[in-house]
Amino acid sequence: MKPWHAALLSLLLLAGCKRETRQARLDPAVAEAMDSVATLPIGINGRPPPVLLAMGEPYRSNAYQLSQGKRLYAWFNCQGCHTDGGGGSAPALMDGWWRYGPDAVSIFLSIRDGRPNGMPAFRERLTTEQIWQLTGYLQSLGATSSTAATPGRNDSMQTRPGENRVPSMSRLPSPHEGGP
Amino acid sequence: MKRASRLLPLLLAGCSGWQSALDPRGPSAQDLHGLFWLFTITCTVIWLAVMLVLLAALLRRPPATKGAAEAAGRRSARVVGGAVAATVLVVAGLTFASYLATRAISSDQPEALVIRLRGYQWWWEVTYPHEQPDQTLLTANEIHIPTGRPVRIELAAADVIHSFWVPNLTGKQDMIPGRSNSLVFTAEKPGTYRAQCAEFCGLQHAHMALHVVAEPPEAFERWRTAQLAEAPAPEDAEEEEGRRVLESKACAACHTVRGTEAAGNLGPDLTHVASRRFIAAGMLPTTRGSLAAWVADPQSIKPGNNMPMVSLTADELQAVSAYLTRLR
Repeated sequence: MKPWHAALLSLLLLAGCKRETRQARLDPAVAEAMDSVATLPIGINGRPPPVLLAMGEPYRSNAYQLSQGKRLYAWFNCQGCHTDGGGGSAPALMDGWWRYGPDAVSIFLSIRDGRPNGMPAFRERLTTEQIWQLTGYLQSLGATSSTAATPGRNDSMQTRPGENRVPSMSRLPSPHEGGP
Repeated sequence: MKRASRLLPLLLAGCSGWQSALDPRGPSAQDLHGLFWLFTITCTVIWLAVMLVLLAALLRRPPATKGAAEAAGRRSARVVGGAVAATVLVVAGLTFASYLATRAISSDQPEALVIRLRGYQWWWEVTYPHEQPDQTLLTANEIHIPTGRPVRIELAAADVIHSFWVPNLTGKQDMIPGRSNSLVFTAEKPGTYRAQCAEFCGLQHAHMALHVVAEPPEAFERWRTAQLAEAPAPEDAEEEEGRRVLESKACAACHTVRGTEAAGNLGPDLTHVASRRFIAAGMLPTTRGSLAAWVADPQSIKPGNNMPMVSLTADELQAVSAYLTRLR
């Protein structure tokens, strides 16, 4: 290997040291724009706020944002009903079946506005940004293909495969095969 | 040189104050202070002696005759032997002094006042336990202790490793998740001392401070009784509106104000927030302006902390800051 090859290689390696950006502060105008989702009248499915796309969907792909979602999941006692994603008195969140649709907008609306039969509305308990962080984390729970970004590991024992082991199932059983 | 002599008093002035191990205000800190000077002076003397011997060796002329060379060899053997013996003695002496000081500061005191301290990223939860649950006091970021009475701080951490250090009163002790440590110390003189998290714990580690207020026992009991009371009632329409906003917005999801509907347990207890000297773990002095600035934009003041920016109108912000200022 010639010296200049080595120099070039180390330059390339240095490029790998770039850290993922953590955006702690959201511009208030952006936060407000993130709240305006266009949805169907029945409250499921819809167009995500354009500002999310413009930001590069950080709540799906940024490890910091996913970790914040995981923290909020514990802090706001989501596991009280949904347990660690396996479902309890509320539906499971990791089996790939979503009552109100698997898309981000439906999940966002479920958290923000609540759903019949017990899901409370968190509109006045969480900020819009926090609801999007939770939404991104929930989508990673039910993901069937792995992504580059995952939240931090649990400190305690895992009751299910870690988020960094997604997909938690290789294939979903269809209803004909005894699936849900 | 003249400039240096003018700078020296300035440098020494940095060694006293509300966060300095060189300004001890309690027996534990006194022991550590003695140990510090013992080590510093001993090591300085040894360093000077070694430098002198080195200088002598450099300037020495080679011996002229064979007899003189033999005499020099015997002399240097004696010098080396003496130095080895001195090293053994000094190391043993310092070890013993260190053992004595450590034993003195780690003695348990059964009649000590117990305070539980729990570190979070990046603030401190303070509990004064009592056998009667309604006398148990929960507060944050500021501890009050009576002078002349030993205090046992039971240390824990909620997320990552932190470390509790009040240089004026005692040495450091780590706060480790899943493990309980404790630290006993006494404050002899009344005063406000600053404590600092002494274990790197993330982005805002430098902004994780705690204030220790040592006061005479009667003043401490008065403080304790006042803190146990519920939050003061709003006194005008603006403060009333502030309480309504605090109860109905996201504030109540994380914070507790005893006597209102706000009962979250994720952030610091705000029942008497305005009675504390600083907010946000030692970042800003408690004034209406800094309370409003903190609520309006916590991520600009302390980026990465867990308090989100809650969208409030200007009137709501005014009202909340008025109500928080009432919470004395």
